[in-house]
Amino acid sequence: MSEAVAAPAAGATEGPHPGPVVSASDLTRRYGEGETAVDALRGVSLDVPKGQLTAVMGPSGSGKSTLMHILAGLDKPTSGEVEIAGTKISKLSDSELTKLRRKHIGFIFQFFNLLPMLTAEENVVLPLSLAGEKPDKAWVDELMQKIGLADRRKHRPSELSGGQQQRVAIGRALVSRPSIVFADEPTGNLDSKTSGEILDLLNESVHDLSQTIVMVTHDSRAAAIAKRVLFLADGKIVRESHGISAQDVVAAMDELGAS
Amino acid sequence: MTAFALRGLLGRKLRTILTAFAIVLGVATVSGTYVLTDSIDKAFNSIFTTSRQGSDAVISGKSAFDVSSDSGAQAPAFDQSLLKKVRALPGVDVADGAVDGTAQLIGKDGKAVVYGGAPNLGFSIARGDSPFNPLALIQGRWPHGNEVVIDKSMAHKEHFAVGQTVGVEAEGPVRHLRVSGIVKFGSVSTIGGATLAGFDLPTAQKLFGKPGQLDEIAVKAKPNVSSDELLSQIRGILPPATQVRTGEEQAHQDSKETDSFISFLQKFLLGFGGVALFVGSFVIANSLSITIAQRTRELATLRMIGASRRQLLRSILLESLVVGTLASLVGLFAGLGLAVGLFKLFDAVGFTLPNNGLTFETRTIVVSLLVGVLVTLVASMRPAVRATRVPPISAVREGATLPESRFARFRLPAAIVLSALGFASLLWGLFAPNLGTAKILLFLLGGALIVFFGIALLSVRLVPPLAGLLGWPATRIGGTAGTLARENAQRNPQRTASTASALMIGLALVTLVSMLAAGIISSFRGSVKEIWRNADYAITAQNNFSPIPIAPADAVAKTPGVLSVANVRVGQGRAYEKTTSITAVNPAAANVFNLDWKEGSSQVLANLGEDGAFVAKGYADDHHLAIDTPIVLTFPSGARKTFFVKGIFDPPTGGSPFGSITFSAATFDRYVSEPKNLYSFVVTQGGQSAANEAAINKTLDAYPNAKVATREKFIDNQISGLSSVLNILYVLLALSVIVSLFGIVNTLVLTVFERTREIGMLRAIGMTRRQVRRMVRHESVITALIGAAIGIALGIVLAALLIARIDFIVLSVPVGQLIAFAIAAIVVGIIAAIFPARRAARLSVLEALQYE
Repeated sequence: MSEAVAAPAAGATEGPHPGPVVSASDLTRRYGEGETAVDALRGVSLDVPKGQLTAVMGPSGSGKSTLMHILAGLDKPTSGEVEIAGTKISKLSDSELTKLRRKHIGFIFQFFNLLPMLTAEENVVLPLSLAGEKPDKAWVDELMQKIGLADRRKHRPSELSGGQQQRVAIGRALVSRPSIVFADEPTGNLDSKTSGEILDLLNESVHDLSQTIVMVTHDSRAAAIAKRVLFLADGKIVRESHGISAQDVVAAMDELGAS
Repeated sequence: MTAFALRGLLGRKLRTILTAFAIVLGVATVSGTYVLTDSIDKAFNSIFTTSRQGSDAVISGKSAFDVSSDSGAQAPAFDQSLLKKVRALPGVDVADGAVDGTAQLIGKDGKAVVYGGAPNLGFSIARGDSPFNPLALIQGRWPHGNEVVIDKSMAHKEHFAVGQTVGVEAEGPVRHLRVSGIVKFGSVSTIGGATLAGFDLPTAQKLFGKPGQLDEIAVKAKPNVSSDELLSQIRGILPPATQVRTGEEQAHQDSKETDSFISFLQKFLLGFGGVALFVGSFVIANSLSITIAQRTRELATLRMIGASRRQLLRSILLESLVVGTLASLVGLFAGLGLAVGLFKLFDAVGFTLPNNGLTFETRTIVVSLLVGVLVTLVASMRPAVRATRVPPISAVREGATLPESRFARFRLPAAIVLSALGFASLLWGLFAPNLGTAKILLFLLGGALIVFFGIALLSVRLVPPLAGLLGWPATRIGGTAGTLARENAQRNPQRTASTASALMIGLALVTLVSMLAAGIISSFRGSVKEIWRNADYAITAQNNFSPIPIAPADAVAKTPGVLSVANVRVGQGRAYEKTTSITAVNPAAANVFNLDWKEGSSQVLANLGEDGAFVAKGYADDHHLAIDTPIVLTFPSGARKTFFVKGIFDPPTGGSPFGSITFSAATFDRYVSEPKNLYSFVVTQGGQSAANEAAINKTLDAYPNAKVATREKFIDNQISGLSSVLNILYVLLALSVIVSLFGIVNTLVLTVFERTREIGMLRAIGMTRRQVRRMVRHESVITALIGAAIGIALGIVLAALLIARIDFIVLSVPVGQLIAFAIAAIVVGIIAAIFPARRAARLSVLEALQYE
């Protein structure tokens, strides 16, 4: 049985969408009610242009995770609207949203979240399988090559190192050629050498595949490879930098932490 | 630690409740059984006590040995002149005589009123105001002459009112009597399916063919005359073949048969309660194991902050104790509901039981609670011990799992040894020579228990291949969700095996029962075909199995178009110091029965003469009988008669149509009062035809309790009784299947809980809610099918073993039914998945992803 139903985004199946891949306007998110209510986002607007790596940084509680969840359609904003690949998502049903995610969004998690009983390759093609699509063999081969696991296709996650597992997760995020990939602290659970390799892989995918990536991170080195870095504090974008170095990122973070 | 254990239970309410369900159902079966059988017992006792109220002494005919009323045998009657002598005794205040027997009432449709196998009691009422009369008049008046009083439940069901005419069939042809009154039996609200018909003494004597005779005399002593004195006075004048008992003793005697029936029913039902509890213990052990595996980190933390192993063990056992006690309490009361349900179930299959209100004995409470708590504790022993083996370091390790049990590597050998031991015990119980019944049962039950346990352990090895095979359709139907479901089912073979094992037990038993039934039916069909040579019709009672008076068959013999009628009389006699069933045939039987003769030939049936007899081979072997060996047979009347063996036959697989000893009907009728036929076979001119059937039916119109059936219909009728019994068995076994269904629900809920983050990831990367539900459902169905596959296979093996031992059943595999059981297992899987699947689908993606 096929779950492959065209996402409601008109004409967004193949080829570039003319505008930004993801755009958000006046997002607010409030948790709880009354006196104990917490405002995680207090009016955030942004556009994510195609083919760029955007990093979102900020101290704990700044709202960066909430922002990512809302942009990815995993959480609903209290007010404001998100548009993914030309589709406004606030009115979508759970099923429509799921199919939109399937088609347009890839995820990379801090804890890899691979299925332990599937092989590396099965994990990579899982989004296509769920959509009932047959993976294009040449593309899967290229992808396995790219993530450096061409010789470990049949290995199960328990037989792979942390870095290798995260590579599988990246492959899984890229396999459906999504409009955008969201990475949530992709290096948060890795040592610094492996982190470097993972960041390189993400960077390559932006350059070689024109993949759009939004990455939430604490890691200043991670932010340094981003074309654009958004700094969040108290639920607002307080600063936007383009192509800054790791040191500058650290300095900017210190500033935010002090304020 | 105590507070901690209890807090833990509250924190896992859902899991605790689901686990407890297994115990609730098992305990409910036990308590329901006791409530049911105690209630029946009380109702019967009240019937018997009521019927002997006011009797200080009861004089009755004395049979040479205890006879069962099912066999149609009755103690001999005595001359009514005794009544005058008794009344003349100085210690006697009042004495009344009575006769009784089976009086079949005829409904308005002209058919005999039959409620299953319940008795149709007919008796005389000396006077309405007699102190011995247990009946109370609701309407009308007591009967005189051609009148009858009937019970209110029968009057209600068959729409009879005072003044109308009702047909009554006893020993002779039907007589039409006027309903003079409607009665009820003392304070008893229902007397089961039994019907009552009361007449005045002369009418009853005529109806039952006992003119001038009495079956019993009830005596009330004068004031100040002691029971002993009364009895000794009566004994002084008692003729031979009569006896006297106190009213109480007589009531006790009356209830003997029902007592043994109730005790059988109780053991029978408790057996099913035991199965449900056994299955329940699997469910508990499994649920607890999973819970403890999931709590590894928590348990390790406790160890790290200083809890000793003993404290952990105690806290987990305390948890089980609390769960077991609460669940047993709930089960105890649920048993009341179950008892009501069982009454209805038996009623629905035509087996109405007397009910005089539910009885709740202290024993019911004690046994139910004790059994429930003990089973819970024993089942939680192993998981609890495993919990104590969590090393404190697990508290700080990511992805800590429970260490493998020390005995893990012995699991496979243990499983093989246990299974082998179980089968050995079964084989020994079945085939070892000269074991007593008790020992045979012990070996069989013990063996079955060990086999189930061993196979359950062994099934860990069977899960991966079976899941692969049985999960194949899921991968086709369910797409990726189905494929993932199959992978999930193979992920933790131990868990899947334990879950499936609970269902396996129920299905093995269901399969066993259906195999035995199929074997019995097919042997029966086979043997009927083999035995009947040229009979066209059979005459039986309306209910197909009760012995009926000989009058209808004799009347059919005189019907135009009927060439001959072969009768099989049935009764009880005593030979070789054992009460045994006896049968008798008339010479016409020689043309009907086609037996496999070891000694003699079919002509033996026609030439039995006055003292000839034939016996089955087994009976001949047991008692070293050969041609012309004398057999001394004692009849219920006490008369003795020597028979000489004229033939020995080998009974067909489906069972012998005859009792242990068979002789001529003429001799039978001379020695047995109220002779009865079990069935009669009719040979007609021109074979089966509408005209012949109509002619026989016309004759039988005068005998509404007799019916005619063609050979095919006769076979079906005989089998239909079996299907009622089968239905009861299936319903009772369904209880244990329901327990295992809860086991599956429980495992799935725990599994979904454990895989929360995984489900969150799947949802994030594009799994729809429908696919999530499908994934859980398919895993459930695969688990259920694994249980079904192992259970059905085991059931077939067990049935084959039993059938190999039982001579009169042939092996026959009811393929259609087995497929139905597999489909039932799929349905169980689908139902079990409803709730867990919904829970899994409703998980918020975001929360699931952040779940640790």
